[in-house]
Amino acid sequence: MAIYGVALLAACYIVGMFLGDVFGALVGVKANVGGVGFAMLFLIILTNKGIDAGWLDSKSQSGIAFWSAMYIPIVVAMSSIQNVVAALKGGPLAIGSGIVGVAVAFALIPIINKIFSKKGE
Amino acid sequence: MDIVAMFMKVCTKNGLVFSFMLIGVITLITYKLSAFTKGKIHGSAIAIFAGLVLAYIGGITTGGSKGLASIPMFAGVGMMGGGMFRDFAIVSTAFGADLREIKKCGVVGVVSLLMGVFSSFVVGCVMAYFMGYPDTVSMVTVGAGVCTFVVGPVTGAALGASSDVIAISIAAGVVKSVLVMMVTPFVKDIVGLNNPQSAMIYGGLMGTSSGVAAGLAAVDAKLVPYGAMTATFYTGTGCLLCPSILYLATKAIMG
Repeated sequence: MAIYGVALLAACYIVGMFLGDVFGALVGVKANVGGVGFAMLFLIILTNKGIDAGWLDSKSQSGIAFWSAMYIPIVVAMSSIQNVVAALKGGPLAIGSGIVGVAVAFALIPIINKIFSKKGE
Repeated sequence: MDIVAMFMKVCTKNGLVFSFMLIGVITLITYKLSAFTKGKIHGSAIAIFAGLVLAYIGGITTGGSKGLASIPMFAGVGMMGGGMFRDFAIVSTAFGADLREIKKCGVVGVVSLLMGVFSSFVVGCVMAYFMGYPDTVSMVTVGAGVCTFVVGPVTGAALGASSDVIAISIAAGVVKSVLVMMVTPFVKDIVGLNNPQSAMIYGGLMGTSSGVAAGLAAVDAKLVPYGAMTATFYTGTGCLLCPSILYLATKAIMG
């Protein structure tokens, strides 16, 4: 049943978020550290196991696939609740440093990519 | 009997379901527009941009901080687009991701994370210094804000920055995440954002969960799990480094 897949996804999410909070508290940070990442790792490992072992049938998988397909609509909803007004009203320092920060980050992508692609050969 | 008021009441009362309908209509329209550009501009990129325009309209008409969700009738969109559904959907995209690719990118991910936090921090510090906030605490707070809009206030609060500087740091982070959403589809070819490794580097360098989520959605949804994997560590890393090592380093340099 589809709910089995949704429940598995939810379980991975909750445990991952919990670990992220615990990890954050351990290093003394008031933020979730890597919760989404842990949850994704669990989901990858468990779904692979479940498909191989046969307990995650195609109907259960459809419960996960649905949320995966809802990703872009959720992102559209997310963009519509950003505080765009505050971003534009933030003044020259906020806007300027945001623009330069993004530009520098984009410029670094090909550089880091090149360094590590060469090593891989 | 006021039909319009009754309809609005139904939409308000059933906010989340109404938002499914609304986002579906926006997606339909924007994907049709994408067909007009012969697919040159991806439908999701137009949809995200439309979302940002609606966010601006919502914010400017109400004075609220939650974009379109500031309007009571559209509050449900805030639920659909909020952190819980966003992260839940991001995790679900890992279904079908290749664990070998992620393992292969371990070191690259860490390097891009550190470079991402460091470069944003330096940019913010330097900009703050030259634009009227030359004291160390303000510089560090703005630098942390350029990391993400969470790192800024966390760092500012820890160091005792003034509230206007904290506000600037939040705004800088919001500018960054909005820019990443809008710019990514246009520069994807220039920076080579087309494989799992570059997606992980992108996630680590940008760090804003919303920006990375929307940016990769507009490029190739298959790359989402790789970018999200590194981006999820960014805010935590920033909160760890900015008020500590990076603050002390800045203080040492500034004397």
